[in-house]
Amino acid sequence: FHALECERFSICNEEKRNLSLGGHVGFDSLPEQLVSKSVTQGFCFNILCVGETGIGKSTLMNTLFNTMFENEEASHYQNGVYLRPRTYDLQETNVRLKLTIVDTVGFGDQINKEDSYKPIVDYIDTQFENYLQEELKIKRSLFNYHDTRIHICLYFIAPTGHSLKSLDLVTMKKLDSKVNIIPIIAKADTISKSELHKFKIKIMSELVSNGVQIYQFPTDDETVSEINASMNAHLPFAVVGSVEEVKVGNKAVRARQYPWGVVQVENESHCDFVKLREMLIRVNMEDLREQTHARHYELYRRCKLEEMGFKDTDPDSEPFSLQETYEAKRKEFLGDLQRKEEEMRQMFVNKVKETEAELKDKERELHEKFEQLKRMHQEEKKKVEDKRGYLEEEMNAFNKRKAAAETLSLSQPVKKDKDKKNRSVNMENQSGVSASSSKVMMAKANVEPLNCQSWWQAIQCCTCLVHNATWRPGGLF
Amino acid sequence: QTKQGERKQYVGFATLPNQVHRKSVKKGFDFTLMVAGESGMGKSTLVNSLFLTDLYKDRKLLNAEERINQTVEIIKHTVDIEEKGVKLKLTIVDTPGFGDAVNNNECWKPITDYIDQQFEQYFRDESGLNRKNIQDNRVHCCLYFIPPFGHGLRPVDVEFMKALHEKVNIIPLIAKADCLTPNEIKKLKDRIREEIDKFGIKVYQFPECDSDEDEEFKQLDKELKECTPFAVIGSNTVVEARGQRVRGRLYPWGIVEGMHTRIFHVCSALFMENQSHCDFVKLRNMLIRSHMHDLKDVTCDVHYENYRAQCIQEMTSKLAQDNRMESPIPILPLSTPDVDTEKLIKMKDEELKRMQEMLNKMQQQMHDKEQ
Repeated sequence: FHALECERFSICNEEKRNLSLGGHVGFDSLPEQLVSKSVTQGFCFNILCVGETGIGKSTLMNTLFNTMFENEEASHYQNGVYLRPRTYDLQETNVRLKLTIVDTVGFGDQINKEDSYKPIVDYIDTQFENYLQEELKIKRSLFNYHDTRIHICLYFIAPTGHSLKSLDLVTMKKLDSKVNIIPIIAKADTISKSELHKFKIKIMSELVSNGVQIYQFPTDDETVSEINASMNAHLPFAVVGSVEEVKVGNKAVRARQYPWGVVQVENESHCDFVKLREMLIRVNMEDLREQTHARHYELYRRCKLEEMGFKDTDPDSEPFSLQETYEAKRKEFLGDLQRKEEEMRQMFVNKVKETEAELKDKERELHEKFEQLKRMHQEEKKKVEDKRGYLEEEMNAFNKRKAAAETLSLSQPVKKDKDKKNRSVNMENQSGVSASSSKVMMAKANVEPLNCQSWWQAIQCCTCLVHNATWRPGGLF
Repeated sequence: QTKQGERKQYVGFATLPNQVHRKSVKKGFDFTLMVAGESGMGKSTLVNSLFLTDLYKDRKLLNAEERINQTVEIIKHTVDIEEKGVKLKLTIVDTPGFGDAVNNNECWKPITDYIDQQFEQYFRDESGLNRKNIQDNRVHCCLYFIPPFGHGLRPVDVEFMKALHEKVNIIPLIAKADCLTPNEIKKLKDRIREEIDKFGIKVYQFPECDSDEDEEFKQLDKELKECTPFAVIGSNTVVEARGQRVRGRLYPWGIVEGMHTRIFHVCSALFMENQSHCDFVKLRNMLIRSHMHDLKDVTCDVHYENYRAQCIQEMTSKLAQDNRMESPIPILPLSTPDVDTEKLIKMKDEELKRMQEMLNKMQQQMHDKEQ
């Protein structure tokens, strides 16, 4: 930044003089130069239509622009309100227009409509934000930036004939500081002339008493102040939209045909469509764009920057150099940031300590559990060992008894064997000892060689031997 | 507005240009023109001739000894003029003293400083919170007067133009062209154009014609471009010639009809060639009648944007050195230095996330074990 030495130049700023010219200089062509440039660049215009599903938003757009913009009927069952922008390139003579129509899908359909206005406000703010971002870029190209900011919001009021709905009031109040609003009464062919008059008055008084600021057609330019002033008195416009044509007289006009008559869209005594078109498109389109940029966008920008912490410079203050401002801000924010850093570091340290402590606790718990489980396991093991010991003892006892039985059987006389043979067939037992079952068992066991590998298997073998033994009470056969 | 047979199809946004026209007339226009060159080149006279008015009443001319150590001054004159309902706030920025001293080292510095200061002021205004009434004092065009007595550009001419060509639209002119015969003028113009190319000076370029313009216009446009730098003569005197009162200069050897004009169309930027002994009319038509707005646009879209970008980059490089800072002016962070910081932050974030996940998992496991 260059610090200028004030002696080096002086501004001899004589009071602006009005000089008379000695001839035709030619700068009266400046407006034409400007116009020719903007025609080359092309124009863009963005319309937001807010209204209940089915109230005639799409039809009105089609009627206004004489084009069938593709759209299917919207459903009533949307979860919430969402905005659907569509961009079209139109041309009329040599004028190119990039038109964006934003529809509010699902508006008014939900049972709880408290948040219905939010997506709309968010959308408008987002477009402002995008423009602001572009404006703040280092390398910016504002002259060929596609401006998506909403220039006009057409608010569709249902033709109840009574008054605004609560949703209408709430929504318009939220939107009036962000966008130019023109309220229109939709499907106006359901209202009679007298009802319409009362309806309009009621609507306007409700808007005024609630402080809703709708767009006023400008009356500062003498060329158009008269027509604008008279149109302001006709708000809200009662419109009828139609893309179908009906033959009236010898012409085909856009109209709606009823058994009781034909409502002609472009007949000013039938509805205010022509007024809307005149005001919106043919007279004030440029003013709407200007207001959006100079008023609504500037308001958004100012709020946003104030939020970010920038303050306005005092208009009476000395022109200070950016260098100094920079230094001052630098000190201030350096201090702030250091403080914040400390806070965060402290918080982080605390959090880590906490988590560490938690982890330690959990570790201890786990360890305890492990010990407990280990103990239990030890106990179980001991029990099993005991049982095993017991079982081994039994086995030993059994073997002893078995050995005893063997020696006993060997000392018996032979004839007992013969008796046995005389008795029956399937006699495996050759000892022929009749007695208690245990003795029989032992005898059997004596004869059968034990092939088992383990004491467990042995028990089982004996068991199945017992099972298989064909024995009847009283002895073996 | 409605055409027969197309009545149904007519929507009406074709009136947009008219709406723009209407609003611009209501708002009025402004233009800042700087003139630079040594004393006595005819700058003031030319300005008066251009705007058919006398801006320089009662000015004091210095003599040679007063000029030895002459420093360059910057003097602004602002006037409001109106023609056919169109208002123009015209500011002429004079640079008396330029090139007059014996040592003219960096005599263009006050001029570049002035231009930069206007940019800076605009930048500050544009970045402020309240932008309702920003005044645009940026210099839209600089007419640079080259003396006709030499063989082309002199070192001071080259240095001046090189110092300014990226800050303002420069239109070089051959001053006092009535001392050159047509051949000499042609030779000098060729020479100057060559040297401008050679030294890489970027003078104001006329925008290309639209391809759908008619042939006549394209031809005129071509001639205009081949005629640069314009050789001009200025005059404050009105003389009578052939029954008409014209601005001209009276010599014993006849009248140079400098300002005699014929017919002019305005809106369509078509202008007829006229019988002029110099390029004054071409200059006037180009400067005022067809390219005035373009000069403003180039200043806003090119020169100012360059200045602004440079300004911001200087500021953010300082911020980057400081490493954590706030700027006094709302700007977006530069992508290059912050890309690294952002990456770092992202990495740390992810680390934290991972650690958190691990913690959660462990907690879950222990919870399961409990059960």
